[in-house]
Amino acid sequence: MQVYLDNAATTRLDPRVLAKMKPYLTTKYANASSIHKPGQEAYLELLKAKKSVAKILNGEPENVIFTASATEANNFIIKGVARANKSGQKNKIIVSAIEHPCVRESARELESEGFQVEFIPATAEGLITPDALRGLIDDKTILVSVMMVNNEIGTVQDVTALARVAHEFGAYFHTDAVQAVPYLEIDIKRMELDFLSLSGHKFYGPKGVGVAYIDRRKKIRPLIVGGGQEDNYRSGTYNLPGIMGLAYALELAYKERKAYLKKVKSLRDHLLSAIQEEIPGIQINGSLIDRVPANLNVMFGYVEGEAILIDLSQKGVYVSTGSACSATNLKASHVLRAIGLNKNFLNSNIRFSLGRFNTRQEIDYTVKCLKDTVKRLRKFSPVKKIGQILN
Amino acid sequence: MALNYTKKTINHFLKPKNIGSINKPDGYAQIGNMVCGDQLDFFLKVEKGKIKDVKFLSFGCASNIATASILTEKVKGLTIEQAKSYNWQKIVDELGGLPSQKIHCSVMAVQGLKKAIEDYENKNSLASAPSASVKTKAKAKAAKSEGRLASKKR
Repeated sequence: MQVYLDNAATTRLDPRVLAKMKPYLTTKYANASSIHKPGQEAYLELLKAKKSVAKILNGEPENVIFTASATEANNFIIKGVARANKSGQKNKIIVSAIEHPCVRESARELESEGFQVEFIPATAEGLITPDALRGLIDDKTILVSVMMVNNEIGTVQDVTALARVAHEFGAYFHTDAVQAVPYLEIDIKRMELDFLSLSGHKFYGPKGVGVAYIDRRKKIRPLIVGGGQEDNYRSGTYNLPGIMGLAYALELAYKERKAYLKKVKSLRDHLLSAIQEEIPGIQINGSLIDRVPANLNVMFGYVEGEAILIDLSQKGVYVSTGSACSATNLKASHVLRAIGLNKNFLNSNIRFSLGRFNTRQEIDYTVKCLKDTVKRLRKFSPVKKIGQILN
Repeated sequence: MALNYTKKTINHFLKPKNIGSINKPDGYAQIGNMVCGDQLDFFLKVEKGKIKDVKFLSFGCASNIATASILTEKVKGLTIEQAKSYNWQKIVDELGGLPSQKIHCSVMAVQGLKKAIEDYENKNSLASAPSASVKTKAKAKAAKSEGRLASKKR
């Protein structure tokens, strides 16, 4: 049996989305910037896609800018807004301590350019509170960026409250909503968002396409310059197959939301209770209440997450770990550090992220494998209690 | 992030050799890596200057387990001096290569074994001649810095 429980990393393309994309790769291949008939037809399709995305997000179609990834969208927005709005009075950027690396690294780059960068601390539950933001924000702040849903522990932030604090101080608010579709009903107007990022492949759409939603009334400098596509906001030939795929995947995600949420929640809850029943010495990372129903992040004491991952992978169960040992930099997850996880447990964590194609049988198989894996690894762990951990 | 373990590494991880502990060992050492959080315990039984038995426990990743497994397999039966000169590069070669960010696991395994041998020597006041001991230390130091380099390279 093969069980894919890494849907927060990427999802399988929905066959209906593939069918939607196909003509734009084969017959309707014209460049949407061309003036001839097929080119203009392609352009009209592009506008339709923008309209569809904007409608779902309750935003304006002209504010939908397509990028090659959410990483690009986040780079564009964070750096573009900071650089375009810098002045003697304004030079501060605030991001949360649990952001995706593309937001953190963008902020770090700005720091090296002379911007003041602050990281909002998270609670032990993995939440970013408006009060924590208040402790850092002032009139010098240009932009606040807090992700809607965390990619590692799935915690959901109250972005509306955070956006209001930002606006009180005359700052803009951006949210990386990559992990929020379709778990939250994204409403740009109601949530008072100025900027937002999305990625097609996180909701059964294609890879290589993302959205940077930008409020055009606010200044932003382009990241990629060239042929002047997207009204100069983002140059590069329109990736029409990807764009049409993303727009359709987003549409399907919200159309089928109710049944999807019910399904993943029931599977996740089943996984959670089975792990709690079958495996001792575990701990759930992050709030179970303010959390998307597809995510479970578990600490398995006294064994390393990477070893669990590799062992499960041999059995056909595919999960993820933010642990030091599977990454290239050997540093433990900044998210788990930020929520104050005991340092002896920082390398013992597994993220399970469920999706549309998982079944109850798969979850049962996963728990059976997991039980054996953890038991085997614990048998030869020199550590049986915290005091025995060296570092 | 390339993390392609060889088949041999996976096999040693799935079925590690010499896993466990030894009651009343002649030599024992525990070693940890501050950066990645891995931990290894080595147990030695020495007879007539030879490693009669060696076992280990691991709180580590797949390559931590696999490198310790192959190391114990290779040094069992060797003389103390031979075991001391077994270096991390040999482990990497035996496994058919390791991902660059995992090279440090092999370095740590070698250091752990050497520490257990030192413990045996100290207990039995068998510390080798000064020159040999200096040489060993220098080698360990070299291995350490090479390991650091290798993991930095990525």
